[in-house]
Amino acid sequence: MVGITSYGAYIPLHRIERDAFYKEWGGMPIPGERSMATFDEDSVTIAMESAIDCMKGLDPKKVDGLFFATTTSPYKEKLCASIMATAFDMRRDVRTMDVTGTLRVGTTAMAAAFDAVKAGSAKSILVTTGETRMGAPAGDFEQSVGDGGAAVLLGDKGVIASIEGSYSVSDEFSGQWRADGDDFIRSWEDRMVYDQGYSAVLPEAISGLMKKYNLSPGDFAKIVYDAPLDVRRHARVAGGLKFDAAQVQDPMFMNVGNTGAALAMMMLVAALEEAKPGDKILFASYGNGADAFYLQVTPEIKKLKARRGIKHHLESKKTINNYGTYLRWRKILTLERARRPEQAATSIVALWRDRRIILGLWGVKCKVCGTPQYTATPGIMGGGPPIRICVNCQAKDQFEDYCFLGKKAKVFSFTHDNLADSPDPPATVTVVDFDGGGRAAFDMTDRDPDEVKVGMPVEMTFRKLYHDPARGVHNYFWKTRPIR
Amino acid sequence: MPEGIKDKVAIIGMGCTRFGERWESSGGDLMVEAFTECIEDAGIEKKDIDTAYWGACFPMQGLSGLPLAQLLKLPFIGVTHVENYCATGTEALRAATYAVASGAADIALALGVEKLKDTGYGGLPAMGGMGGAEALLMPNSTAPGLFAMMATGYFSKYNIPPDQGKRVIGRVSWKSHQNGVKNPKAHLRREVTMEQIVNAPIVAWPLGLFDCCGVSDGSAAAIVVRAEEAKKFRPDPVYIKALQIAISSGEEQIYTDYDYAHVETGYRAGIRVYKEAGVKNPRKEISMAELHDCFSITETVTYEDLQFSPRGRAGEDIEAGFFDLEGDLPVQPDGGLKCFGHPIGASGLRMVYEMYKQLQGKAGPRQIKDPKLGLTHNMGGFPPGNVIAVCIVGQ
Repeated sequence: MVGITSYGAYIPLHRIERDAFYKEWGGMPIPGERSMATFDEDSVTIAMESAIDCMKGLDPKKVDGLFFATTTSPYKEKLCASIMATAFDMRRDVRTMDVTGTLRVGTTAMAAAFDAVKAGSAKSILVTTGETRMGAPAGDFEQSVGDGGAAVLLGDKGVIASIEGSYSVSDEFSGQWRADGDDFIRSWEDRMVYDQGYSAVLPEAISGLMKKYNLSPGDFAKIVYDAPLDVRRHARVAGGLKFDAAQVQDPMFMNVGNTGAALAMMMLVAALEEAKPGDKILFASYGNGADAFYLQVTPEIKKLKARRGIKHHLESKKTINNYGTYLRWRKILTLERARRPEQAATSIVALWRDRRIILGLWGVKCKVCGTPQYTATPGIMGGGPPIRICVNCQAKDQFEDYCFLGKKAKVFSFTHDNLADSPDPPATVTVVDFDGGGRAAFDMTDRDPDEVKVGMPVEMTFRKLYHDPARGVHNYFWKTRPIR
Repeated sequence: MPEGIKDKVAIIGMGCTRFGERWESSGGDLMVEAFTECIEDAGIEKKDIDTAYWGACFPMQGLSGLPLAQLLKLPFIGVTHVENYCATGTEALRAATYAVASGAADIALALGVEKLKDTGYGGLPAMGGMGGAEALLMPNSTAPGLFAMMATGYFSKYNIPPDQGKRVIGRVSWKSHQNGVKNPKAHLRREVTMEQIVNAPIVAWPLGLFDCCGVSDGSAAAIVVRAEEAKKFRPDPVYIKALQIAISSGEEQIYTDYDYAHVETGYRAGIRVYKEAGVKNPRKEISMAELHDCFSITETVTYEDLQFSPRGRAGEDIEAGFFDLEGDLPVQPDGGLKCFGHPIGASGLRMVYEMYKQLQGKAGPRQIKDPKLGLTHNMGGFPPGNVIAVCIVGQ
């Protein structure tokens, strides 16, 4: 039996009321709110957070592949799955792949993972998605898109939902697209886009699946498929195929928005959170064609430890109604430059040499005195763990690797820095102590300055520390945040 | 313990520019200005100088011995550039002191300079060049932010409510403003009220604008000779009683038991400097001090690190006016970094300049009555990792 063995999801903390866009531009008011990535989040960090949720309690060393599906990769040439594999400290022989190009890459990646496990070339593959698409200011798209991600682990042991079959359709159509250099979604006139695209092709794939496996709408507990940017088209698909409205998984338009290639998988996670053993789920996704799957939930689902998934992340939120913050965080406007020193040029050598220290938060522990050590002390050169000599006991060459990820931590001291250049001022910096020893300083993100206190528990979150425009480098690191 | 430097070297001349926003002056102008006052004060000629050490923390003035040699047109003597963060000026003095004490030179020049206002922004330039790992994992913070975490730590350790804590450290700055007004060479010369201080905009919580020192341009210089030669040059030379530097080993960054409520290097340098100078009771024996008040919290914890006040109780002395100009142990009689200003590489020598003038009875309206020992203290870096220089001078 091959199928889903674990799942996870991530929705950024911030939601922006759609009213904020309407207040700015007028036009047609769209109700509800959408999720909005913090300034230090992108598709990679969102997919990483989703994958962390999915891997809770599981050993990344046992994963044979990591596929990252997105249409908003920060790089055109440079793998992002390898960033995550390094952060997870996966095996060197892990198969990594970024899948991109259309909004159904989440399910395309899942199908590829499924085929690999079924064929016996891998035992377990992690598929993670993350999206931060943008509509141009004053258009409907900036209101209807959202940011988020989800991940599923596929394997052949401990399957919580087996994949019993699949069916795909390929369809050449430039109804909605972003060309090289486009920051914002482009779309053709929407009646044609939906009538010839989503509303025709998605039912074709769903019907094709049901016909192939001799299934009918009544066989399914849930039908899970993504919504287009015009969410009204969503329910019509199920209705046209004679599914009951109660069978249709909510596309989260009112509280998240359209998260592109991540949406279908996020909805699947939400469905699995409610699923019972024996449930059949029809899962499909559209984008230049469509993929459809037939899933069977197993009794193993009851054994999966709780994930934050969709449910918790929906509840854990901070809603804003401020279009200026949106423009600033998504870097849509050119703002006045802070009168601060220029960003130091990134050394690719340092980025490579210290990749495990930076991405995996690996420090050291002295084998003689047992002191865990990681130095990220602001203002002092030579970040990263100490080199060769233990300052506690002076032992030389007695360090062993020690990973600080997943350790509980508490704030020892902090500041809210108004002088530092931050898109979310003041810049909150925390010095934290890890359970079991070790101290380091990190930026704190997604916090309300008033809630930050000495002694407060924090967790680590994977974020983009900076983008170096001179060298075109995106540098990822860990920050602290209040526990979500 | 080595024998130490006590009474082996004397300062026979000093110079210090007006600190401030010296838009019209280059770093070189400032260096020549400080040197000119210094050599006139010493009553020697340039050709008498055997060797020179000059310091700047940032490379705007250039590196190597060349900038000083070519600015002053020094005649092919040995000139070395030194750097040790905010202790750079004292480091130059230490090098010159060791040069004459060893007999390798008879007369040595120490000079410090910084031209911070040529950068285009309020704070300090970036410390590093092309980044190693530090740029890839350091939090986004500024010098005020890094020291603010010591205020958070101090308030937390001693259970001081932040509002009350801000008044305690604010009183430190209030005192320095009182003194700075009296100093024509100071950068910031105006009295401020406690209400202005505690209600000022927050720079990095809990530090407000008046908890932060001036960022300034300036230069200061000293001429040193062996002690036994000093009276040949002037009747009132000032003797170096002790000069110690201490550098963090890294343990404050790595251990979880560093409290962010003191500066370990400051405490250790203090112990060594008192031993070298033969000071048994610093609170009683030190007549006056210039401490590194880059931020008000730094001066506050330094009172405790240097054993002027018991741990956790500096606030009582601050409130009682113990460190005011009229108090038992006046601190920052010249206004301190807070008001005299802080051109990094010049500050150590600027502090010694004030002690030198006070000991000679030439401090004008700031004159402290009959001082015996003056202490200067520099701190470069940040609370969990720093360099400290402490110097004691006397007659």
